[in-house]
Amino acid sequence: MPDSNIEGGAYNYAYLDEQTKRMIRRAILKAVAVPGYQVPFGGREMPLPYGWGTGGIQVTAAIIGRDDILKVIDQGADDTTNAVSIRRFFAKVADVATTTSTEEATIIQTRHRVPETPLREGQIIVFQVPIPEPLRMLEPRETETRTLHALSEYGVMQVSLYESIARFGRIAKTYNYPVMVNDRYIMSPSPIPKFDNPKLDRSPALQLYGAGREKRIYAVPPYTPVKSLDFDDHPFEVESWTECCALCGSRESFLDEMIVDDAGKRMFICSDTDWCERRR
Amino acid sequence: MYVAVKGGETAIAHSLDLIADKRRGDRAVAELSLEQIDQQLGLAVDRVMTEGSCYDRALAALAIKQARGDLVEAIFLLRAYRTTLPRFGDSVPLDTTSMIVERRISGTFKDIPGGQVLGPTYDYTHRLLDFSLAASGERPQAPTAPGGSAQSLPRVGDILERDGLLEPPPQGSSEGEKAEDLTRQPLTLPASRPLRLQNLARGDEGFLLALGYSTQRGYGNNHPFVGEIRFGGVPVSFVPEELGFAIEIADIDVTECDMVNQFAGSHDVPPQFTRGYGLAFGHAERKAMAMALVDRALRAEELSESASSPAQDEEFVLAHSDNVEASGFVQHLKLPHYVDFQSELVTVRALREEVEQRNRRAALDQAAE
Amino acid sequence: MSGALLSAPILSSRGLTKRFGGRIACRDIDFDLWPGEVLGVVGESGSGKTTLLNCLAGRMTPEAGTITYDSAAYGPVDVHGLSEARRRLLSRTEWGFVNQDARDGLRMGVSAGANIGERLMAVGARHYGDIRRTAADWLDRVEIEQDRLDDRPTTYSGGMRQRLQIARNLVSKPRLVFMDEPTGGLDVSVQARILDLLRGLVGTLNLSAVLVTHDLGVARLLTHRLMVMQGGRVVEDGLTDQVLDDPQHAYTQMLVASILPV
Repeated sequence: MPDSNIEGGAYNYAYLDEQTKRMIRRAILKAVAVPGYQVPFGGREMPLPYGWGTGGIQVTAAIIGRDDILKVIDQGADDTTNAVSIRRFFAKVADVATTTSTEEATIIQTRHRVPETPLREGQIIVFQVPIPEPLRMLEPRETETRTLHALSEYGVMQVSLYESIARFGRIAKTYNYPVMVNDRYIMSPSPIPKFDNPKLDRSPALQLYGAGREKRIYAVPPYTPVKSLDFDDHPFEVESWTECCALCGSRESFLDEMIVDDAGKRMFICSDTDWCERRR
Repeated sequence: MYVAVKGGETAIAHSLDLIADKRRGDRAVAELSLEQIDQQLGLAVDRVMTEGSCYDRALAALAIKQARGDLVEAIFLLRAYRTTLPRFGDSVPLDTTSMIVERRISGTFKDIPGGQVLGPTYDYTHRLLDFSLAASGERPQAPTAPGGSAQSLPRVGDILERDGLLEPPPQGSSEGEKAEDLTRQPLTLPASRPLRLQNLARGDEGFLLALGYSTQRGYGNNHPFVGEIRFGGVPVSFVPEELGFAIEIADIDVTECDMVNQFAGSHDVPPQFTRGYGLAFGHAERKAMAMALVDRALRAEELSESASSPAQDEEFVLAHSDNVEASGFVQHLKLPHYVDFQSELVTVRALREEVEQRNRRAALDQAAE
Repeated sequence: MSGALLSAPILSSRGLTKRFGGRIACRDIDFDLWPGEVLGVVGESGSGKTTLLNCLAGRMTPEAGTITYDSAAYGPVDVHGLSEARRRLLSRTEWGFVNQDARDGLRMGVSAGANIGERLMAVGARHYGDIRRTAADWLDRVEIEQDRLDDRPTTYSGGMRQRLQIARNLVSKPRLVFMDEPTGGLDVSVQARILDLLRGLVGTLNLSAVLVTHDLGVARLLTHRLMVMQGGRVVEDGLTDQVLDDPQHAYTQMLVASILPV
């Protein structure tokens, strides 16, 4: 594979060496074969810090090719600093076309949101994941959570939802809302707002999840059932706003709140910048 | 009329210019050279190499210069570079017994074969700021006694082991078996000894120091003695496939610490002292000692001791020892989290509304009575 | 209940032996426990009774011997021959384990309702209202005020925690309950009430149980049969009243004689 030169040094295509890419792809294949199961992988140090998307970057680096069109978003926007930084990185090391259009993209790397525009078959969405283990806050020990997943012992998760209702009258989890994938594994969908959870269910696109610091990859193949956990008499609900987007008028999208003056006046604007622009 | 702010790219570019400027500092002041950093800040270079898992003084010096002296940042830079280096294979295990020793001491015996070689150390200095260093151009006096590089000093540990007083070194990988590599595969728990030692070797010195310290203060005490600390040069050998025999490819300085700890044994099983092991690049005694204390603490279960303190908790220690991981995740909180926060805002507002509604209804009911 | 003919013991032990390094904790333990029976295991500290209980409940692995449990789900099974998955499932459905310190058998950080509801949720209960109602019902049965349903066990007294632990175990209608000094460490008056409660529940639910205690009064009140252990061995066994009123072995005689008359 031809090398791309970065600032004088010579790096392999898409930064990672071929051995590493092969290792990551094997992990991805395993993950796709067992939807929702966290596959350990030998994560590498990347030029961005842990916690800033190294897992997503490694997954993208392992699958990207010159024909791909890459979109990178953070909090739904293409122009936030983290998205800009990662997009620049791949433009440089992978010599690849980039876009802000969800429709045009073949690979979408995202932090904390799923685009409003429905994804299609053939697209891959790569999620940046900080804590891949959905049971982590209930059980700090990795040795124990591994066993719980293996034995499908998910009572502790349901207990935490019960407790939330007992305390708040509702399930108060708002982002990183746990889901059951393919009726077998409980998965963390990454810190997307629960608003986005329904988009994961039977999506035509391939979902890949990368956690660099924790060194786990997991996946949801296209058209796989993804169900948000709930109770029969407290069914899963998404957020809603009374306002609509101040720029495009949308009532269907996730809205960001902007404080526009010292008096605390607020405005609501689509979090998904591409979606919002297309409507205007 | 609110206009969505664009220009993240420009802001980032400007930020990069600012940091490059800060890094250079006052242009009237002479620029640091890598040689100056290597020679006169050598212990910083040693630390960056150790925790960066890469022995290259020039690269480590460069990383320190680029990071403006922030060693954790420098370690990150070196590690990121290391990721890109091609791998030829594994070296022959280092033979530290044949080290050309610059310093070698033992706390277990007053005198040992080969003697207590004090070498270069801050241990016997008085910690008084030396203002003569503030002015440059001073030439330090040449050493009065010969530097004394001793060769092949026998290990205190081997002597104790020969008499059956000290357990043999715990099993690592067997002869001929390919060593596991923590930088290529994820850590699995329970951890094998090689992975555990690798994790500790590249672990944050401050973290390990605190944990080692805690064992001495009673959080999992294992009665440590310094069996031996040695610092000096060892050759690195490699067996290329084409040749089929070992060739020396480098000479590196390492610091090695053998701790002699609490004896295990019982009425029927003759007691023996147990071991803790630490190793670091360059001259890094504090690190090697802390590592040896924590290594021993983490062997609690293996040695059938009750493990109740943080230093003995393998999951706790090994998951949090990496300062590059820790720094990344702690500092990632600076990234935008406004979407997650928005979700929380929506819910908190709804819950508050519900409580207020209930209170209003309760007040109305009361008023009606 | 397994049919009209209750011909099989619900739990059997043959040659059970457990060692810790060089020390033998219990040796060659043989017994059969029949459905509806409460078997007491008494002895002083160090007699091996708690180790025995832990081996029976699958919490420790013996060096020798076989423990057979007549399960509702799979028929008779070798407890230590089962996969870990099955054993864990059994321990949450067909078995109960009441620890001496309730904190070991409860989730202290979640409400009483969640504690009781957990076993139900673990096997698929998904209706919050129903789970809550069942939990409240059980609080009632163990004589805790229902308005404590949302309180955490950290706010409960020792006696209340023990009752909660009992409820948490019994909600899944287990067939076999292991109890390790269930009233140890509680005030005498509190003990008495909990013993009464246990006796009532064991009767109503037709539970089988293995109860470890050093307190012969507890044994007298709750158990049908008794095994006396000393130095890891069973030195005497028989109907509780017989053993306590007419002890044959010197050790049993000493135990019985040393009960302080009240």
